[in-house]
Amino acid sequence: MKAAFAVPSSASSAELLESLRAQVATAEARVRQQPFGLDPVLAGLLGEPGLKPGAAYCLGASGALLNVLLAAASAQGHWCGAVGIPTLAAEAAAAAGVNLERLVLVPEPGEQWLAATAALAEVIPVLALRPPGRVREADAARLAARLRDRGGVLLVAGDWPRAEARFTIGSRSWQGLGLGHGHLRSQEVQVSVTSKRYPSGRTARVLLPAADGRLQAIEASSPLRAVG
Amino acid sequence: MAERFGVLWFPGWPVTAWALAEAEDDSAPVAVLVANRVTSCSTAALAEGVLPGQRRREAQSRCPQLRVIAADEARDARCFEPVVAAVERLAPGVQVIRPGLCALRLRGLASYLGSELEAAETLLEAVATEVGIISGRFGIADGLFAAIQAARAGDPVLRVLPGGSPDFLAPLPVARLGRPELAELLPRLGVRTLGEFAALPVPAVRERFGSDGLRLHTLAGGTDPQHLQPRTPPPELTATLSFEPPLEVIEQVAFSAKATTEEFIGRLTAAGLALTEVRIELTSEVGEVIARHWLAATVFDAAAVIDRIRWQLQAASGGQLSSPLARLRLEPLTTDEAAHHVPGLFGLGPDERVHHVLSRVQSLVGPDQVVTVRLSGGRWLAERQQLVAWGDRPVATARREEPWPGMVPDPLPGSVFIEPKPVRLLTSSGRPVRVDDRGRVTDPPVALGVGQRTLPVIGWAGPWPVSERAWDPQRARRADRFQVVDGEGTGWLLFTDADGCWAEARYD
Repeated sequence: MKAAFAVPSSASSAELLESLRAQVATAEARVRQQPFGLDPVLAGLLGEPGLKPGAAYCLGASGALLNVLLAAASAQGHWCGAVGIPTLAAEAAAAAGVNLERLVLVPEPGEQWLAATAALAEVIPVLALRPPGRVREADAARLAARLRDRGGVLLVAGDWPRAEARFTIGSRSWQGLGLGHGHLRSQEVQVSVTSKRYPSGRTARVLLPAADGRLQAIEASSPLRAVG
Repeated sequence: MAERFGVLWFPGWPVTAWALAEAEDDSAPVAVLVANRVTSCSTAALAEGVLPGQRRREAQSRCPQLRVIAADEARDARCFEPVVAAVERLAPGVQVIRPGLCALRLRGLASYLGSELEAAETLLEAVATEVGIISGRFGIADGLFAAIQAARAGDPVLRVLPGGSPDFLAPLPVARLGRPELAELLPRLGVRTLGEFAALPVPAVRERFGSDGLRLHTLAGGTDPQHLQPRTPPPELTATLSFEPPLEVIEQVAFSAKATTEEFIGRLTAAGLALTEVRIELTSEVGEVIARHWLAATVFDAAAVIDRIRWQLQAASGGQLSSPLARLRLEPLTTDEAAHHVPGLFGLGPDERVHHVLSRVQSLVGPDQVVTVRLSGGRWLAERQQLVAWGDRPVATARREEPWPGMVPDPLPGSVFIEPKPVRLLTSSGRPVRVDDRGRVTDPPVALGVGQRTLPVIGWAGPWPVSERAWDPQRARRADRFQVVDGEGTGWLLFTDADGCWAEARYD
């Protein structure tokens, strides 16, 4: 049987160590193909157990949705990053469950947004990105290759060519606020996910954020039944 | 048996140091003054009647041609360094007591050379040939205090026999204890010599002079509790690089500093140390100095240090440096055992890898653009999330646990504007919403304008007053918060202050 790792015989010990490290790193990347955690309601809409490594997902501008997606991956111990999102609400993210010690922000990368994202994708598996303008197909393809290689996932707050799925927030209504009294308690929204699997999209009504800052499913009210 | 000490003493060291540093002649009458009193003087001045402790005018009246120089402790210490080095080459474990006075254990050198006197002569000769100072005196005795007194009596060497320290010290005046208040008081009590002081019973000394007096009492008795604390020569780890001609372009500096930085890190590694904090000092051609401490998130390698040099130059080129760079100095501030930072076979630890990549991104977009977040206290959302550049220490902030009256109720908004965004909150008459002195709106808001668009307001609450630091007119801030939901269902956290209406955050 062939050895799993080819070891050059004439290399110095330092080179040998280096090549072994490189091979181990590739092997590590190969085995890490587990999906990233996702809230069960959203997973149901997506029709997958979680976010697929190597894929890009489009979200709208909703900060609460981004926080919920980051929180699920962060809860598994993954590092998270956000590029070009200066408005990221860290306190709300922490309330949603994001571990701030494993969160890195590049608030305003300017022209270097693509280079910074590509570099971060090396080590940070969950990256949120708000591209400053239209993204060229070629750039997206290069970043996609890097993501597939490292098994990372990209959450784009904006448009992205060839996204795996698209999360959109439809009709929404805030509860708790009247005219001159009360305060915002929770928001009822309609989340729809269109994916390659469900091109027409699937929709659910959820509280986002609920009073505790997280996502909460709304139990479908049972239709009235005639009794007696 | 008490330990044998050797003490090397240079009388009038400040004068000698001045002569060495300025290449002047110390055979002329010279005196060093502190606060208008002579602290030390040359032999020529002594011969004219100048004494330590005299006022300047008194000294000058004794010796009109007296040259007066200012004291400089740094100069004294600096000039003493080669002397210590010369002694250290022969006998390791030298303790510098003060510039001009150092002590060492004699046993090793004495048994090597045959006798203590021989050892003393050898050391004095070494100083005379290597540094060129011939004024040195040497004292040998049991205990440090006795050895220092022996050096003062040495001509040039005085050896007190083992066990002879009490007899040697007995006739010396009590002023030798170095306490002016005792030197004045004891003679009035009829105690003039160290021997007489040592003869006093211990309980009486403790009662009258306390524990400090008791310690001096032991010294006077010739038993010295002090031990020698040998100095360990610090390794030369600081790196300096001069640019000739001075450089103007940052990339040139980074390139030229590469070899020196690699050598600097190499020396630390060879000493088994990993660099975790470094001080970089830049000196320009006209002598402006810009120094900064840099802290590593894990450990610095050569490339990381060069990055820091580059960043510091970039920051300084904004106006702090007006001329090209002439010198660069790297000083390790804190180090760690290198063994703690050796990468394992199975890749670097995941966090170590993250650190490497983040450092690379920092050099791409700037050190302040790669940040982590720490939550802190405050009433405003933007100040509750403190951004800390990767690798920096977070600065101390307001405590989060304290109650912050006026804080927004949960759930928190999903987008926070670091800089408040100007908006228009309008009443039915189209005028901005105003809050009266009683904290009520004059007219309810009906429309919200953000950018070019204006949407109807379908729900609102407020005003919620926020008042900060009312005691400090410079930093006081007074505003009224509103929560508003616009016609598209987006929630807004707004505030009005004296300057207008602003969006602090968005519920989205």
